[in-house]
Amino acid sequence: MSWKLFNLLLEASLMTIFVSTISILIGLVLAILLSAANLSGIRPLQWFSKFFISFFRGTPLLVQLLLLYNLLPVIGVQIPSLVTAIIGLSICTAAYQAENLRGGFEGVPTGLVESADMAGFTPVQTFFHIRVPIALRLTLPALINEAILILKASSLVSVVGLIELTRMAQNLVASTFMPLEIYASAGLIYLVINLVVATAGRQLERRLPGVGSK
Amino acid sequence: MGFDFDVILSKQDQLISGIAMTIFVWVVGTLLAALIGFIVATARRYGGVLVDKALTVPIEVIRGTPFLVQLFLLYFGGPYIGLSLDALPAGLLALSVYGAAYFAEIFRAGYQSVPPGHVEAAECLGFTRIQIIRNILLPEMALLVIPPSVNMAIILLKETALLSLITVPEMTMTASAIGSQEYAFVEAMVLIALVYWVLVELAGLLGRFAEKKLSRYRLAKA
Repeated sequence: MSWKLFNLLLEASLMTIFVSTISILIGLVLAILLSAANLSGIRPLQWFSKFFISFFRGTPLLVQLLLLYNLLPVIGVQIPSLVTAIIGLSICTAAYQAENLRGGFEGVPTGLVESADMAGFTPVQTFFHIRVPIALRLTLPALINEAILILKASSLVSVVGLIELTRMAQNLVASTFMPLEIYASAGLIYLVINLVVATAGRQLERRLPGVGSK
Repeated sequence: MGFDFDVILSKQDQLISGIAMTIFVWVVGTLLAALIGFIVATARRYGGVLVDKALTVPIEVIRGTPFLVQLFLLYFGGPYIGLSLDALPAGLLALSVYGAAYFAEIFRAGYQSVPPGHVEAAECLGFTRIQIIRNILLPEMALLVIPPSVNMAIILLKETALLSLITVPEMTMTASAIGSQEYAFVEAMVLIALVYWVLVELAGLLGRFAEKKLSRYRLAKA
């Protein structure tokens, strides 16, 4: 396999990294909102949050993407496949991240929340200034794990026509008939990206201060 | 615009065979994955340092790459190295190997959770290695291994949807075909999303039930 082909794969992997990063960040924001809904004590919001998390964790991402990709034109929304891919991945990872965060929010020491109340924080202030930072720190390993899962899951957005690493590999296979070399190279690139993310994650965990004893 | 579920439901024979195929691939794939994973974990425990190190590489490679790429590599690349498989066996093989890498880690953690004293005691009593695995290690790690195993089974169920991309006639492929023929793609996808959801919830329920049943094996805190 020539360097030219490998370079094309490398270029496409930038799209994989871009889509994954954006989706993880949007997913994180959505997950925090879902957690807020869950902690709000308002029944309908809690139901929505539970339903959302259960549904998107309970169905395959491929089915979600196919559904989204075909639903949008039917309801009159015309957007590029890049946006469809990001919406699909973000919604899916939001459900998983919200589930991860649930454990983090349970780990927030009650004393800190009570102190914030005493200090006159409104519930919203307590949520964003006390609960969220601590929950995020506690679930950092899970977040890094989720980032790796999404990097791998982003291979599925190839079915909605976005030219990322897997789709580029498919296209190259179709024109060169070298599936072994090309898919193995694509796999290698995914592996390297994931190793980098895992290593960076471990470094980040070590550098950041922990959340004292409970 | 309107949604019409009747046209989809009128194809229920096809749908049911798709659902049956999904369940078949899922159950067989998960069992094979658990079996291979168990063998790998056992080989790593008893096979010496070299085997342990040698098995780490494929496990990390499988866990670090997307299932879709593995599937395509096997199905489209396999014939070039004399491994021509039909869609179904290729899908089953890919699913089992993929799952096995994760199950190997689950069983490794399980093995590590058993107090060494119990194994040493059994050795002193003259238990053979097989007896130790069957009578000491497996029952003691069962409770710890069940939740991640159920989780993995659920992940594998969702991964079976990818087999549609190599033309295994499971429910995602069946529903896509019906949906395109009948111009009711969205309805078809909603319907099978619900089926997946029910299957996932059922698997979770079954897992919690098994956990409860096995809780009598819980180790007393030393």
